[in-house]
Amino acid sequence: MLDIRGSRKFPFFLIVFLGPAVICYTLFMIYPLAESLVLSFFAVQPDNSYVFAGFANFVKLFTDSDTAPRFWGALKNNLLFFIIHMLVQNPIGLLLASLLVTKGKARGFYRTVLFMPTVLSVVIIGFIWQLILNPLWGVAESMLKAVGLGNLFQPWLGLPEYALPTVALISVWQFIGIPMILFYTALIGIPDELIEAAVVDGCTEAQAFWHVKFPLILPTIGIVSILTFVGNFNAFDLIYTMKGAFAGPAYSTDIMGTLFYRTFFGQQLQLGNPTMGATVATMMFLIILTGVLIYMFLFQRRVKTYQL
Amino acid sequence: MKLRASKASRDAIRNRFRGLLKHLILMLFSLIAIFPIFLILMNSFKLKKYIFAAPFALPNAKTFSLIGYNTVFQRSNLIVNFGNSIIVTLVSLFFILLFGSMAAFALSGYKFRGNAFLGFYLSIGIMIPIRLGTVSILKLMASLGLVNSLVGLILIYIAQGLPLTIFILTSFMSQIPDELKDAGRIDGASEYRIYSLILPLVRPALGAIGIFTMIPIWNDLWFPLIVAPNAKTATITLGVQQFLGQYVSDWNAVLSALVLAMVPVLLLYLLFSRQMIRSVTAGAIKA
Repeated sequence: MLDIRGSRKFPFFLIVFLGPAVICYTLFMIYPLAESLVLSFFAVQPDNSYVFAGFANFVKLFTDSDTAPRFWGALKNNLLFFIIHMLVQNPIGLLLASLLVTKGKARGFYRTVLFMPTVLSVVIIGFIWQLILNPLWGVAESMLKAVGLGNLFQPWLGLPEYALPTVALISVWQFIGIPMILFYTALIGIPDELIEAAVVDGCTEAQAFWHVKFPLILPTIGIVSILTFVGNFNAFDLIYTMKGAFAGPAYSTDIMGTLFYRTFFGQQLQLGNPTMGATVATMMFLIILTGVLIYMFLFQRRVKTYQL
Repeated sequence: MKLRASKASRDAIRNRFRGLLKHLILMLFSLIAIFPIFLILMNSFKLKKYIFAAPFALPNAKTFSLIGYNTVFQRSNLIVNFGNSIIVTLVSLFFILLFGSMAAFALSGYKFRGNAFLGFYLSIGIMIPIRLGTVSILKLMASLGLVNSLVGLILIYIAQGLPLTIFILTSFMSQIPDELKDAGRIDGASEYRIYSLILPLVRPALGAIGIFTMIPIWNDLWFPLIVAPNAKTATITLGVQQFLGQYVSDWNAVLSALVLAMVPVLLLYLLFSRQMIRSVTAGAIKA
């Protein structure tokens, strides 16, 4: 590393190297994020000017009889959406990764196929599952019948108590490749000698996994968890594609992303409101920031040695 | 002696059984992953009657039809949408890699006042999604006259892609020995020349980052929907979403549009999946 701290002037070539990235990033990412936080303390006047309003937007969001149920409902749904991912997506991802590590020849094939849904757009995935679960087509029903579970079939996407878990499981189906590949990467990084030593010492394969490998992939569990958290609290496309901006039935699939979109752009009976939209975005920012800080606090020391 | 032999054979049977079980689990999950995609592909080539009558059958001479594809080509803008997506994705990608590698080169190559702070500042965007700034981004785009323009989308995606790119490339570039750069300096090479000598050395990382930045840009629905919803500027993801919404009851058209939107991405993925996954695993081990 060339030490140029001593030079009197900031060297011109550094400005050339750093300038474009810093300007673009500041102008189109940091500035809008910061301005959104600021806007959440303003109200829009009828003449489209902004006037300082203190915490009024937040008070409205938390307590108003129209907006509060939507906000708390979206927050609750989003938490459930996240919990389903943590309980289903990440353990299955780990299971698949640990099976992939040990399997020789067909490994590449399985890896490619299992990761495939992840590269497709959420819009396509949403529509594919909408068709499959559509009672008109009856594909899901006849598949359940084939394994003797025909009675279980219901139009899940249309039922308030089932719609959210269904959408969450579709999202799990799509994104399972990400934890799988991250766990797989961590597992193949563990030297074989370590496992062999454990087996020589009398460990069974399962014991070797839980006592040797598992502690070594803890940092990856942290990374996967925080990526899931940020991704889930930022999700929008799937619900918007499958259930529209109203996240029906009866707002049962409404999450922070759809609430943000509706608040900002408006809905059939209600005009959009930029500063209320910014307020929802600020809440999402605080939620995500809390998650990131918890992650840093728990895994900070490992972060430095573990990237990507 | 006899006892030991039988234990060994019992172990062999158990291992075989376990191997089989692993294969079965992986096969089951692979089937779950691929079957929905396959089902859509298969039925897009059938007459409507047979989509409903025999959804699990492969198309044959009697059931084959391209009517859905005809509808899509006549009624949709998908060709224009494809063009827009290709422009937006490739131009964004080019500038993400160019600006990102330049910044990473500066951050990894020189000790200067504010280096650590700048590194931290540029990494905020890794965890905080750019979507949260949408209200202001739309305001900004309106005041720059970039609503419904591909340039606006490109600028947003460059900003979105830079943080992770810089973070990863900085860690790759700081592994390049200083002697290499110093040798160049002794030979009288300018700092710009040294950058151009270093760049090819991180080509594998550039490839991996490229693929993983491209996919979310290509698949994004949010910003095209908000910043560039016009039919002329709609990207493929938005175009498909709107087309499917309009033709929701035309099953042939819906299935064909889904296939047309999937196929290019799947082909690219199948071509590059090996390198892609290998570069992730190699990159992570290195970093």
